[in-house]
Amino acid sequence: MSQLWFDVAHLLAGGMLVLSFALLYQDRIAAVINVFALQAIALSLSVAWQALVQDAPHLIVTAAIALIVKGFVIPTALHHIIRQMQIHREIEEVIGSGLTMLTGLGLVALSILLVQPVGEVSIYVREDLAFALAVILLGLLMMITRRNAVTQVVGFMSLENGLVLAATGAKGMPLVVEISVAFSILIAFIVFGIFVFRIRERFDTVDVSALDRFRGERSDA
Amino acid sequence: MALILDLFLQLIQMVLVVAIAPAVIGVTRKVKARLLRRVGPPVLQPYRDLWKLMHKEAVLADNASWIYRTAPYLIFAATWVAAALVPSYATGLLFSWSADLIAIVALLGTARFALALAGMDVGTAFGGIGSSREMMIASLAEPAMLLIVFTVALVAGTTQLSAVATVFSAGTAGLRVSLGLGLFAFLLVAIAENARIPIDNPATHLELTMVHEAMVLEYSGRHLAMIEAAAALKLVLYFSLIICLFMPFGIAGPGAGLSDYLLGIVAYLAKLLVLAVLLPISETTVAKMRVFRYPLFVGSAFAAAALAVFLLFVSKGF
Amino acid sequence: MTGIDLPAVTGLWCVAAFLGLAGLAVAAGPSKIATPLIYGGALVVAVVALGAALTCFLSSGPPWTLVLPIGLPGIGARFRIDALSAFFLVVVNLGAAVTSLYALGYGRHEETPARVLPFYGPFLAGMNLVVFADDAFTFLLAWEFMSLTSWAIVLARHRDPASGRAAFIYLVMASFGTLCLLLGFGLLAGPAGGYAFETIRLASHTPFTTTLAVVLALLGAGSKAGLVPLHVWLPLAHPAAPSHVSALLSGVMTKVGVYGFIRIVLDLAGPPNPWLGLVVLTLGGITAAIGVLYALMQHDLKRLLAYHTVENIGIIFIGLGLTLAFRANGMNVAAALALTAALFHVFNHSIFKSLLFFGAGAVLAATGERDMEQLGGLIHRMPQTAVAFLIGCAAISALPPLNGFVSEWLTFQAILVSPDLPQWGLKLTVPAAGALLALSAALAAACFVKAFGVTFLGRPRSSAAKVANEVDTFSLTAMYLLAAICFLAGVLPGFVIDALSPVMAMLVGDTMPQQVAVPWLSIVPIAESRSSYNGLVILTFLIASGTMTAMVIHRFATRATRRSAIWDCGFPLDAPQTQYGSASFSMPIRRVFGTAVFSVHERIDMPRPGELRAGSFHLRVIDPAWRLAYGPIARAVTAASLSLNRLQFLTIRRYLTLVFCTLIALLVMVAAWR
Repeated sequence: MSQLWFDVAHLLAGGMLVLSFALLYQDRIAAVINVFALQAIALSLSVAWQALVQDAPHLIVTAAIALIVKGFVIPTALHHIIRQMQIHREIEEVIGSGLTMLTGLGLVALSILLVQPVGEVSIYVREDLAFALAVILLGLLMMITRRNAVTQVVGFMSLENGLVLAATGAKGMPLVVEISVAFSILIAFIVFGIFVFRIRERFDTVDVSALDRFRGERSDA
Repeated sequence: MALILDLFLQLIQMVLVVAIAPAVIGVTRKVKARLLRRVGPPVLQPYRDLWKLMHKEAVLADNASWIYRTAPYLIFAATWVAAALVPSYATGLLFSWSADLIAIVALLGTARFALALAGMDVGTAFGGIGSSREMMIASLAEPAMLLIVFTVALVAGTTQLSAVATVFSAGTAGLRVSLGLGLFAFLLVAIAENARIPIDNPATHLELTMVHEAMVLEYSGRHLAMIEAAAALKLVLYFSLIICLFMPFGIAGPGAGLSDYLLGIVAYLAKLLVLAVLLPISETTVAKMRVFRYPLFVGSAFAAAALAVFLLFVSKGF
Repeated sequence: MTGIDLPAVTGLWCVAAFLGLAGLAVAAGPSKIATPLIYGGALVVAVVALGAALTCFLSSGPPWTLVLPIGLPGIGARFRIDALSAFFLVVVNLGAAVTSLYALGYGRHEETPARVLPFYGPFLAGMNLVVFADDAFTFLLAWEFMSLTSWAIVLARHRDPASGRAAFIYLVMASFGTLCLLLGFGLLAGPAGGYAFETIRLASHTPFTTTLAVVLALLGAGSKAGLVPLHVWLPLAHPAAPSHVSALLSGVMTKVGVYGFIRIVLDLAGPPNPWLGLVVLTLGGITAAIGVLYALMQHDLKRLLAYHTVENIGIIFIGLGLTLAFRANGMNVAAALALTAALFHVFNHSIFKSLLFFGAGAVLAATGERDMEQLGGLIHRMPQTAVAFLIGCAAISALPPLNGFVSEWLTFQAILVSPDLPQWGLKLTVPAAGALLALSAALAAACFVKAFGVTFLGRPRSSAAKVANEVDTFSLTAMYLLAAICFLAGVLPGFVIDALSPVMAMLVGDTMPQQVAVPWLSIVPIAESRSSYNGLVILTFLIASGTMTAMVIHRFATRATRRSAIWDCGFPLDAPQTQYGSASFSMPIRRVFGTAVFSVHERIDMPRPGELRAGSFHLRVIDPAWRLAYGPIARAVTAASLSLNRLQFLTIRRYLTLVFCTLIALLVMVAAWR
């Protein structure tokens, strides 16, 4: 296989990583959702490219699922939710964006270090794996540094994008696994959605820290 | 004889960048106006503006010092020298070895240093606000730029722009994640350094958010003309850097014939035109930022470039 | 005995002459001629010493050694000049000569000359002796002598409580540094006590000893040079001294600290562990960034300069860290490049930091103010000083075609060859250090735009600044001399690099390519296809294109000029306080890095509408090193002394119990040791 094939796969994975950083950078919810949609599109491109490279037609299905569900349906739904609930447009951050991004750089370093000892595979696969791991970690980072429930959903789904990227980069992942992952995401999304509505109904906000008062173990609330 | 020819080629480069700079500004203004459904000034209007400004009497504040009067020439000269050293239509020009990419970035730093001092010379609040913010933006944009230089240098194995262009135009470097990150960071830096939207708006005055225009508020006549020309030149320089680093096809190599040089010039002008059209399109799609969003904007360029350098240190494969 | 016998002995006699100046100062007492006498004498001696050092430096012969029968029995006092010490002797004596020249004029403004003059000569002698020393005893003695004499000068204005505090902290840190060096030398000398450097160099050290000795050298020499977090004394002590001594402290004495580090780590301690390179590199990067950020926050001109010294020390240590890393991996050419960059920066910094302190001293002498918020507009009243200070500012901001740029450029080039380093830790640290270096270079420019812009440009903010007068010819000559060196070293860097190559040959066993042979006087660190730079061509182009443009416009367009009132967008305000000042200039940067780095306390007192009192703004920036590193230590010491204090009030029986317990514990230890 020629160098160019790898390069394109690499570039798409790198693009997803950049979009993960863009997710951390954005401070408006609408923009976050748009960036997420972009990342899903990048993911589907990457998966489709892998389908070509690995000659695995079932990956096309994965790519289509990613494109349609995560690239269009979920973002549209999220936009709808935001409009309906008139959520505050700015994201409340636990720590500032600059610091989050610096932490993100550290996480990328960490994931490269983690993947480095994995032998037996070509250097490109290894680096793709590093990117995927970084996307996952950045998704987690987003979930813990943003207060708003909607952004937590987005962080979670971005994390899942990383999972799919990792899975498709390695050869021979069966379609069943992917479909089940995709379904679990959909279910998670629905649960989150209901959850968001509930929080909103009860507490008039989607700031998850409003829930803290009901945890019981804290006596000072 | 060969030396004279080399000198001549270098001279063409120097004259070309200066001669083309106002037209590039003219194109961006025209395109932007058309996008806003205005007719817009003619493409050649910047030349007329410069001509007019140069012939006007220069008004100096009572307490302006020599720094205020010499700074415009120094800014122009530093930007011009830097722009003349970026390969535009041909690589391996006579003086291309006299400064590498790091030195070019530093020369722009010299120009900025002079501009910021000039902004503080008269002692007005506006000048100070401009200088202070300019240095704040630069304190993030310049390191980002240096990290981009590192990225390019690590891929190409040299910081010499001519050599970089030769390597990249040969196409052996391939599509690289690090270069992609570098390009992304470079675009952000270029926007910030050239005072374009969303960082600054070259078309406004009297806004509390302005940066570049605030520094040069007191300037008039030929001094203002020099500063405007330097700003145009800087834009061309950044365009040339994009062309030389990320789309170097068509550039004439050393020892090329006349037709190669002509082709190089045509290709260069065409690429400039493309960039000059793309810039206003991007400008009309985004809104101007608050001042204290800038650090995050430029900081993300810094982060992307740092990521690229870091990847390259870990493995040459990125 | 070798060819440099005569100049070397001359250099040593110069040290004696410096010491003799102390006697002269005491003899002259408070008389009026004391100041010109001492500084004039110091100038003559320093020029002779500089000549001697230059002769040694440029004649690349074998090292010169001398043993005098003083000092420790059996060892005596050993002195030696090799390429490294010759270079540092040049740096020290150049600084000493120019400072003495400056002090001929500036010294007249000194309030208490009798507290400075007796220590001035010995201070210079101490710095020389450190570089001369060839055994650990002489080295430490000279080091301590240098610390104490400079401490005495810092304490010159002892009635000022701030000076007293600065001197106290300086003394504590200096003792700490010497203690570390003492332990380090003890380790290197081994149980046999071979304190001569020759013995240490030849002995084989275990890796553990080497590592420990390097760490101790880093602490000891680093505290003198100003590595974060050992830098806290520096911004207090350097500004407290009279300005010409500040220049010596910041420009020269910190370099002696760097010398100590290089001597121990690269020459004496044997082959280093690559991880030590990582530690030095990390500390260097952090030092550079922290130093410049805090420099930006200062409004006291001299303190700003002192903090900025910390940044430059960081840049030097980045170079040294790279040298260590390269050398540990056998990449000698790269190590030579990194060490050249570091030493070039040592030289450059000693030049422009002295120049800037001279400028600050001139401003202080003319206005009595160090607070930038009280200055402004001095370019009109002190045009000569302004030009020299501007050149210093541009040089230290690493702007081409001046010298500061060349050494930073070389450091960047060294970073660009480091992906070949095999260690993972280094692969991750070097880019981070590179990013920090790039960041600090850009922040340095902001810092000196502020320093020059607020002090010299704009309108005067106080009556003192309004009536300032240009300083004397001695001071100006000294400043212009240094400014000229900034230009020369920036435009013709190849000569400096070539002159440094014997040092590389001695310490890393390889050199950079010879630069004089490169056509057009360019510099080429590795190969021409990789990178090259030519300051001369850049300068020529800058001047040519600038003047040509100006001439064309003046000739063919217009050169008419009209003076008028400030426009300021139509509503100029007369009060000079409406200008941007020091605090307002650095506000955006304070805000950008505020949460991460600074502990800034801003207090804004804004009167409500209708109230007649004035509004006010207070800004307090506290170095986090105090809070993070020294606060806990101080608290622990206090707690320990409080609990130990109880021991004073025990009954005799309890004292006896204590003595008994100690005895038993010692006996048990002895038994266990067997």
